[in-house]
Amino acid sequence: MSKKTKSFKNQKKVSSIIVNGVLTFICLIWIIPTLGVLVTSFRYSENIFRSGWWTVFPHRGYVETREINIDPDTDVNGPITIDGVTHTFEEWREGITMPDGDRYTWYGNKRTLLVKVEERKWVGFETDLTLDNYKDTLTGKEISFTDGMGNTIVRKGNDLGGAFLNSIAVSIPATIIPIMIAAFAAYGFAWLNFPGRKFFFTIVVALLVVPLQIALVPILQDYTKLNLNGTYLAIWMAHTGFGLPLAIYLMFNYISTIPRELLESAFIDGASPFTIFTKLILPLSVPALASFAIFQFLWVWNDYLVALVFLSDKTRVVTSALAAIVGEKGQDWHLLTSGAFISMILPLIVFLALQRYFVRGMMAGSVKG
Amino acid sequence: MQNNPFKGIISLFTSAIGRIFVSIIVPLITFLVLWQGFIFLRDTEANQFLVVLVAIVWGVGGVMLLYYVTNWLIEKLPKEWVNRLQPFIFVGPALAILAWFLAIPTFRTLILSFQDQTSRVFVGFDNYIFALTDRIMLEAFRNNLLWMIFGTFFSVSLGLIIAVMADRSRFENVYKTIIFMPMAISFVGAGVIWKFIYTYRGEGAGIAEIGLLNAIVIALGGTSQPWLQQPPWNNFFLIVIMVWLQTGYTMVILSSAIKGIPAELLEAARVDGSNELRIFFNIIIPTIKGTLITVSTTILIFSLKLFDIVRVMTGGNYGTNVIANEFYLQRFTYGNAGRASAIAIILLIAVVPVMIYNLRQFRERKAF
Repeated sequence: MSKKTKSFKNQKKVSSIIVNGVLTFICLIWIIPTLGVLVTSFRYSENIFRSGWWTVFPHRGYVETREINIDPDTDVNGPITIDGVTHTFEEWREGITMPDGDRYTWYGNKRTLLVKVEERKWVGFETDLTLDNYKDTLTGKEISFTDGMGNTIVRKGNDLGGAFLNSIAVSIPATIIPIMIAAFAAYGFAWLNFPGRKFFFTIVVALLVVPLQIALVPILQDYTKLNLNGTYLAIWMAHTGFGLPLAIYLMFNYISTIPRELLESAFIDGASPFTIFTKLILPLSVPALASFAIFQFLWVWNDYLVALVFLSDKTRVVTSALAAIVGEKGQDWHLLTSGAFISMILPLIVFLALQRYFVRGMMAGSVKG
Repeated sequence: MQNNPFKGIISLFTSAIGRIFVSIIVPLITFLVLWQGFIFLRDTEANQFLVVLVAIVWGVGGVMLLYYVTNWLIEKLPKEWVNRLQPFIFVGPALAILAWFLAIPTFRTLILSFQDQTSRVFVGFDNYIFALTDRIMLEAFRNNLLWMIFGTFFSVSLGLIIAVMADRSRFENVYKTIIFMPMAISFVGAGVIWKFIYTYRGEGAGIAEIGLLNAIVIALGGTSQPWLQQPPWNNFFLIVIMVWLQTGYTMVILSSAIKGIPAELLEAARVDGSNELRIFFNIIIPTIKGTLITVSTTILIFSLKLFDIVRVMTGGNYGTNVIANEFYLQRFTYGNAGRASAIAIILLIAVVPVMIYNLRQFRERKAF
């Protein structure tokens, strides 16, 4: 008996090690891409191009230790002998690993007559880090940096700071307004009687999966006619329209389950539906409101298509600003990585702080496309 | 007190004429205030912090004010009318917005899809012939199919495997948070993250590969590749991004379904000597089948509408175009509203089965 439990226990231990091993491995794969971007965003641009971001961690690598000046009388066009090893100029320039493990590389052209010697040794953490990348991405003023070729580049910054503020101005109302409207509607559908009640709700359900592409062309026509393009109001309304079906559906599911007895006494006291809604329903619905708020906030903040279509340069949000850097300056990794982090920081904080509510909202909304 | 000069004014306001006067003046003031806010926000050059603050207060406060004032107005009417109209204060705004932004546009897009690029001349089915036969569209259909098949398969199966395994670990929440985290990252942000992984610098003296994938390939003895420019494989490198983003979603939903399986069921199977693999296929999968289908459908629709990743990573070049990107190109790059509308209608038709399924579910639930 005891022998059997013991082997069972051992088996459990082994399987637990396997499970945790595999999961740790998957989690590493999941986290490394973001880690790379985070690390890179703190490195100087010339360093980013000189070595991969992983070299900031302790590792064994070649470190330049000294230089050798070649005798000016050497015939650089024939084979060159340095420290007893003979190679052509081209081979020396590519770099030669010497018998003792050091690496010799000819520096520059034939006339420089200079060889750099690198030894292989342990390198600690890279400490040559900076916050300048963040400063340069946030500002809309002129910035200068060194590119991969060693040239100094001067250009206008991408003004991600301004875009960040725009994102806030877009996201907060585009989160609160649809929730408010949806809560009103859900209460109407759940507790009030009016002609067409069932018909209208069926339409809400049908609209759950309609792709928003269907609306972009006509809405853009309307906005052009009303001269609304590029305004905050335009994008709030668009996000409200596209988010409403799910919001109404979720809020209805919640509000319709509020026990009738809770409301009955208020009805008997002669309170108007408006009072009941603001004094009773809203406070009771806080969990559902919070769940959907996080959902909608992340959706609006991370949205690119709607912002691209309806916003102008003056009101552009972080996703469009970041996509613009990708398009125009696809190799400026110091700007791209810091820009990516600026765009991610707020949703990540919201997400990690309120993960529980987010999961709850997601569960309730898993019917949506 | 008898001769209080204010009394006349008060009685004026309480009289019938006064009430009507107030009923007109209050909405008028509300409207004027909101309109001034709109003009300020549109034309201002003020400090951006201030503008953002005003925008938030104006937007959120404006909507509240509108509800409040309309209700206040309606409650002034005779009782019978109050009962008739009040429900529409609650559902009216939502219905109006849904009609303007989703329901009516569907029909307008349908009409547009039969018109030429200027939306003036009817061209019959020309736009649909383009959308269904053009080489570019066929390529987009093929790629969307790849996204739907492989993206869905890998997101769902990885999510399932992680959910089942994490269920047996003490560190479940740590693992789940890490896998779930990309859900908070925008597709544009994820695009930058993965572009950096795939980046390629080519060969040359002193050039180091700074992209992780190429560095790994070189360390294993291979040569570096421009991963995103090699069709058809680049599609799979893009699909990896979606799997990275969406596995957290499938994992969380499936994990809660797995936790709903009665423990006695699993215990009984273990006592009978079933191994874990058989339990997985014979008990876990059949029990959570409904959730599996829901999750897969969600990801399928998601891959059908996919836009941002392709837009940011390749712009649809090198054989990676997808339907939603072609929609964007047709409308906003080539200015062809007709073709764009036809593509949008095709997207809509593709989700109709799911719509019907949702409606049927809703009817069966008898929530009304």
